[in-house]
Amino acid sequence: MFDNVDWTEIGRATVDTLLMLGGSLALTVLFGVPLGVLLYLSGKGRLAANPVLNAVLSFVVNVLRSVPFIILLIVMLPVTVLLVGTSLGVAGAIPPLVVGAAPFYARLVETALREVDKGVVEAGQAMGGTTLQIVTRALLPEALPGILAGATVTAIALVSYTAMAGVVGAGGLGDLAIRFGYQRFQTDVMIVTVVLLLLLVQGLQMLGDRLVAAVSHR
Amino acid sequence: MIRLQGVTKRFRSAAGERTALDGVDLEIAAGEVFGVVGRSGAGKSTLVRTINRLERPDAGRVFVDGQEITALAPAELRAARRRIGMIFQHFNLLNAKTVAENVAFPLRLEGRGGAEVDRRVAELLARLGLAEHARKHPAQLSGGQKQRVGIARALATEPKVLLCDEATSALDPETTEDILTLLDQLNRELGLTIVLITHQMEVVRRVCDRVAVMKDGRVVEQGATADVFLHPHHETTRAMLAEGEEAFDASVVPPGARLAKLTFRGAATYEPELSRVARSVGVDYSILSGRISRIRGEPYGQLTVAFTGGDAEAAVARLTDRGVRVEAA
Repeated sequence: MFDNVDWTEIGRATVDTLLMLGGSLALTVLFGVPLGVLLYLSGKGRLAANPVLNAVLSFVVNVLRSVPFIILLIVMLPVTVLLVGTSLGVAGAIPPLVVGAAPFYARLVETALREVDKGVVEAGQAMGGTTLQIVTRALLPEALPGILAGATVTAIALVSYTAMAGVVGAGGLGDLAIRFGYQRFQTDVMIVTVVLLLLLVQGLQMLGDRLVAAVSHR
Repeated sequence: MIRLQGVTKRFRSAAGERTALDGVDLEIAAGEVFGVVGRSGAGKSTLVRTINRLERPDAGRVFVDGQEITALAPAELRAARRRIGMIFQHFNLLNAKTVAENVAFPLRLEGRGGAEVDRRVAELLARLGLAEHARKHPAQLSGGQKQRVGIARALATEPKVLLCDEATSALDPETTEDILTLLDQLNRELGLTIVLITHQMEVVRRVCDRVAVMKDGRVVEQGATADVFLHPHHETTRAMLAEGEEAFDASVVPPGARLAKLTFRGAATYEPELSRVARSVGVDYSILSGRISRIRGEPYGQLTVAFTGGDAEAAVARLTDRGVRVEAA
């Protein structure tokens, strides 16, 4: 059966995939949440309504979201080298992954914030809260289940992005699947990597659902 | 305590411009419960929201406790808002926080913490009968309990004014009564000035000292609740009061009868005045419709009667002498 499978190689690739995923997810959340908050706040009728800022942010987010990830990977190469000194390996994969995922996640954060009852904002204002206080102490905690659900969806999208990043030398399970499974017709390697990716996605979804349930009080 | 001068607010939308408030003048005294009634779209909600500037008027001035709310800078406005509590139709509680955290919220916004906050929260929860629910989340509470949490939260910063925006409209009659009793009690015990927006005339009848009736962004009638409710002048007031009342069928009026609307107030409500007068004048009467109730605790009776078979005018004169108000019905 699994004659072609080098389990040490599989292990290393799995670790690389997890590192790429963890690093890029953390940075995606770090940039995506503030961007989502700005998209929300600058929207029509919101606390810091600003049509110009909203239009600019919206445009940038839409442009980044409309570029196919495989193209983004290639376009980002010089920027990646500039940022992390290499375009290869785990470090080289993270910048394009974050640029690809953060705008997507920002939209999910914006949507989660919009789901919060306007009355919460109104009550915060009536109690004399500043915009920052209302965002950090009322809006974000109220939207937390949606923000975590969005992070789960984004993490899963990132798993498939990491696989694609294998094309430009990022390493990881996707890279193995392409180099051995596809290019050398080693079907067994293909099966093992796909099963591992499947387990990863399943695990992420279960973890995400649990976290959402733990913070939901509806 | 609260003064509105020529307050005007217009809303612009794709459909055009709509005037929500049209030069409203209002004076609300310290310690009173003031009702604002009107049908939906009359501007009453916009009116109450100008008091803490959740809506900024396009023209006119708003004063609360001597401070011109309409002239405050953002930081001053936030400080002023902490002295003005507000409760809402849909409670607007934070679902992610416990009852105790919700009540502590306005104190935390002021940067207060520690034992002082815990003590204040415990005191408020006890006062509002919520002590056992402190660690629950709003989703686990009934509507009436949620509104109690809303009230506790509004009172946390010890405001002098409490704004109620349709605070009982989402509650069933029994819970409404419960919340009104509570508001009445807070008004008496804390000397809290309460502004209450509602479309429910019963709410006004029950707790308001004075009332303003709104239509199309204007105050069309205002005064002591008993005066406005017993002797309404504006058609909107009459129409709103007539809802739910059984109007008498004109065909039942005996031919040649003299119709009169009699209003008894205070202790006279329970006296057999009508019977005495009828006997002394020698006139008969039929009661066509009527109501005996209380307005803000003051008993009143209002009857529509038809006098027959005698000197109706003499009966009317005698009743008037005895302090019964007689109007044409």
